[in-house]
Amino acid sequence: MTVLSVKGLTKSFGGPKVVDNVSFALEAGEMLALIGPNGAGKSTCFNIINGQLSRSAGEIRILGVDTSGLDPSRIWRLGVGRTFQITETFLSMTVIENVQMALFSHHRLLTVWRKPARHFHAREAEALLDLVGMAEFAGRPCRQLAYGDLKRLELAIALANEPKLLLMDEPAAGMAPRERGELMSLAARIAKTRAIGILFTEHDMDVVFEHADRIMVLNRGVLIFEGLPEAVRRSAEVQAVYLGAGTLYAESHA
Amino acid sequence: MSAAFESPAVLGLAVNKLNAWYGQAHILFDMAIEVKPGEVVALLGRNGAGKSTTFRSIMGLVPKVEGDISFNNVSIAGLPTYEIVRRGLGYVPEDRRIFTDLTVEENLSVGVQPPRPGLEPWTPERLYDVFPNLRELRGRQGGRMSGGEQQMLTIARTLMGNPSLVLLDEPSEGLAPKIVEQMADIILKMKASGLSLVISEQNLHFARLISDRVAVIEKGAVRYAGTMADFQARPDIRDAFLAV
Amino acid sequence: MNFYLVQFLAGLASAASLFLVSSGLSIIFGVTRIVNFAHGAFYMLGAYVAYSLTERLSGALGFWGGIVVAALVVALVGALLEMLLLRRIYRAPELFQLLATFGLTLAAEDLSLLIWGPEDLLGRRAPGFRGAVDVMGLPFPSYDLFLIGIGPLVLLLLFLLFRRTRWGVLVRAATQDREMVAALGVNQKWLFTSVFTLGVFLAALGGALQLPREAVTHQMDLRIITEVFVVVVIGGLGNVVGAFLAAILVSELNAFGILIFPKISLILVFLVMALVLVIRPMGLLGKAEGPTRAHASAAAPWRPLDGSVRLLVMAAVILAALLPFAAGDYALSVASELLIFMLYAASLHFLISTGGLVSFGHAAYFGLGSYGAAIAVKSFGAPMLAALIAGPLLGCLGALLFGWFCVRLSGVYFAMLTLAFAQIAWSVAFQWNAVTGGDNGLLGLWPAAFVATPARFYWLTLALVVPAIAVLRLIVFSPFGYAFRAVRDSQLRSAAIGLDRQPIQWASFVVAGTFAALAGALYTFSKGSVFPDNLGIPLSVDGLVMVLLGGIETVSGGIVGALVFKALSIWLTSQTDYSKLALGALIVALVVAFPKGIVGAIEGLGGRKVRP
Repeated sequence: MTVLSVKGLTKSFGGPKVVDNVSFALEAGEMLALIGPNGAGKSTCFNIINGQLSRSAGEIRILGVDTSGLDPSRIWRLGVGRTFQITETFLSMTVIENVQMALFSHHRLLTVWRKPARHFHAREAEALLDLVGMAEFAGRPCRQLAYGDLKRLELAIALANEPKLLLMDEPAAGMAPRERGELMSLAARIAKTRAIGILFTEHDMDVVFEHADRIMVLNRGVLIFEGLPEAVRRSAEVQAVYLGAGTLYAESHA
Repeated sequence: MSAAFESPAVLGLAVNKLNAWYGQAHILFDMAIEVKPGEVVALLGRNGAGKSTTFRSIMGLVPKVEGDISFNNVSIAGLPTYEIVRRGLGYVPEDRRIFTDLTVEENLSVGVQPPRPGLEPWTPERLYDVFPNLRELRGRQGGRMSGGEQQMLTIARTLMGNPSLVLLDEPSEGLAPKIVEQMADIILKMKASGLSLVISEQNLHFARLISDRVAVIEKGAVRYAGTMADFQARPDIRDAFLAV
Repeated sequence: MNFYLVQFLAGLASAASLFLVSSGLSIIFGVTRIVNFAHGAFYMLGAYVAYSLTERLSGALGFWGGIVVAALVVALVGALLEMLLLRRIYRAPELFQLLATFGLTLAAEDLSLLIWGPEDLLGRRAPGFRGAVDVMGLPFPSYDLFLIGIGPLVLLLLFLLFRRTRWGVLVRAATQDREMVAALGVNQKWLFTSVFTLGVFLAALGGALQLPREAVTHQMDLRIITEVFVVVVIGGLGNVVGAFLAAILVSELNAFGILIFPKISLILVFLVMALVLVIRPMGLLGKAEGPTRAHASAAAPWRPLDGSVRLLVMAAVILAALLPFAAGDYALSVASELLIFMLYAASLHFLISTGGLVSFGHAAYFGLGSYGAAIAVKSFGAPMLAALIAGPLLGCLGALLFGWFCVRLSGVYFAMLTLAFAQIAWSVAFQWNAVTGGDNGLLGLWPAAFVATPARFYWLTLALVVPAIAVLRLIVFSPFGYAFRAVRDSQLRSAAIGLDRQPIQWASFVVAGTFAALAGALYTFSKGSVFPDNLGIPLSVDGLVMVLLGGIETVSGGIVGALVFKALSIWLTSQTDYSKLALGALIVALVVAFPKGIVGAIEGLGGRKVRP
């Protein structure tokens, strides 16, 4: 099943095109990496897909629904989860309350004002925390969590609306090398079992080459290469605009 | 032996028993770092380990700090930030933080400090030789540059203060591998010009290219310190502190 | 037609001083991030000092010299204040900084009363600009022509200062990232002092230049500060050109508004401001700020009261209900007033603590409740119970209208807009004699017969206030209350889980406004009268001080704060004629002593204990 299809996506902020005629599709259960130099248009692509920016031209369908004109919260309700490059959580709340908050929104309980929040969806929140291995932290204040745990909490929050598409912006940023691998393996496992398509950007090539099923390379707004990790690694064009001489990632990935 | 003969041995930066707090939270615990003239030291550790707080504490940007920080034999603990900068300590924070409304030239002009004896003074012209991109962009507003160009500009701007030691916080974060390779070249050029550097990093590949020595930081303290060569021979350290 | 041209020129002349004050505020905010509430006070002091100097110095040189020296003298006072006071609070939260500068304003009002007396003072005409010139057959004051030239001249000088000097480059850099400027070796302290001094100089010059045009009064400060806030909200905070354009716009609207709505000319300004905000929330030339990052609250996550505390609260309520058996009539009427202000503070505390929305005009809703109840009785002959519904209803409608605009903004913009709306509500109450009684207020509003004794009215108040506060608490811990907190905690995350910030904040704003209005309606009957003071800035600030005293990071601190503060101020008013001076000094002292708030101060002590 195709969870995301993008056709002819174009964006300019008045000047030159920042995203130029980009087309691709993402299948359920697939991990697709979007890489490219800084300023290539990766963030712009991401923000158009999640509804923060409008597009100049092109078509985006999420689970078959055309998203033009939809704001971020409507797009979220289509079944799109997000994690941020630098974690964004509700620091005044406990860990489980963070997940519950997303569940309140998903189950449309936001107008409830007469009953204490703790009565709603605690079980479901616990199950999500369990899924990312955070069950033991449920009662902790969120602001006491270590960075790697915050990343996992974000994943649990992102899964609260049973998404079919997960957008992860530099998921490995700020983590130690092995933590990165573990987070990405966890995400991949969840993607496969729940048939979620994951689109992610990343500068850590170890993570990209190891975990992406497929890689797209963006340069100056144009999709210059798309293929399997090994093909991307060997592409002279990608080396010239992005990868460099290859001193910054491991030589091979299992 | 008299003090005058001993002093060259402690030139550079020496941090000892450094403790720092943000509000109630105790972040650094007896942190210790030593940087000799001409050396490049990498601070390795994940987010939240205390790398940025170490830099900010040294620069006088953390309200509550205790401990010894001396630079070229003089204590700089408790001095206001600008005084520390004027003694020759440069700081390039994470997240780039260029002045987006100012042009490249204006950005550089904010960093200007008097020349330092024994070091060739930095001028915009000399910087443009090291950072060729900036020459073409000199009239452009900082906000209209790419991430890589901005990162180059923050380093160039700090060099305008003619520092003898530079603290560089996560210079490779969020940059394309190719740009990071250029960054490594530039850092080696800075080292060759006589500068000492302390660089916080999460990218081990990058750290390997540039550093002489390594300090691994975890939970606000140094857990391992040694030469880059020794560190590479110790995968157990890497697994113990840089992974879960 | 010619008449309109003259009116237009008069508007341009008024714009000059407004621009000077607004640009000063904007420049100071840009670098220090302090919204200098005392800017109106510096404007007023500029006028007073200029009056004293020009009365003593003779001749043209004496006059013009007096104007410039007055601005310099006030600028020096500003520099001293910056060094002695503001330097201590740059790290404090915005709310504290606004409060401290407001404390200065209060103190300055009483001080100028002490020095220059209560009368309005009329200054000399400007030598060389005494007469009028002929504009298309109509006389136009030549001094106004001079003022029309001053605005663009100052704008040009500021432009050159910021673009052509190193100081200007440093100021522009610091406007964006002051810590980074320090990290590049710039002595921030002196940069801040010089910027503050320049800003105060501009404000004082603006005041001094008004001398030949209008009488110097003690109301000058609050009147100009409201207009200045409107100007910077329209023009874009931190943008001098925006301030220039907006000052002209606001002055012209005032000039022509008088012709269209002679009674309530502020309405026109309000409508235009509303329009600008809908189209460009960051003002005409302001820059859109990116979403702020999630911020850590230092306090532990909130919990509902556990069993034993719940029993304690119930015991306190029962004790309070028994009070009439022990206390006399005066004590009971004071107790009723304390209860009313507890509710007022609790409603503001809900906005600030749960939602992070620092309102500087919460008195608007208290006052709307007061007037709603009073007008229901006076104009419609409603009984007291109906009036107690009409009051909150009017407050609710006011909060619906004003809140819709306010929640489009955040941070200091939000604070300034709430203040501007409160001032507009105040001026409507002040000017609409036929309905509100204007300055004389509405009198003779006594409780219904069944609660006509102080004891019975106290019970009525208790019976309304306690459930109201309980409902506010219930909301805090409900899914809705969590959503309100979530949009404060992290804009990015809440948007990413489908929370629409504005409707949530709007609804909360209306809740808070309605409860404040209930307090206001009760207040009407406890006092038997209403006055424009019921929506005045001082009452808004009282609310903030109560919240501050109680602790921002608590669930219900406002209640305790109200109790302490109100009791203190009732006592203070009975002790001194200069209560504003005393209160201003108290606020400043509080902010300096606890720059991180009382809760923060307690935590600071805790932190020291952890040290090995």
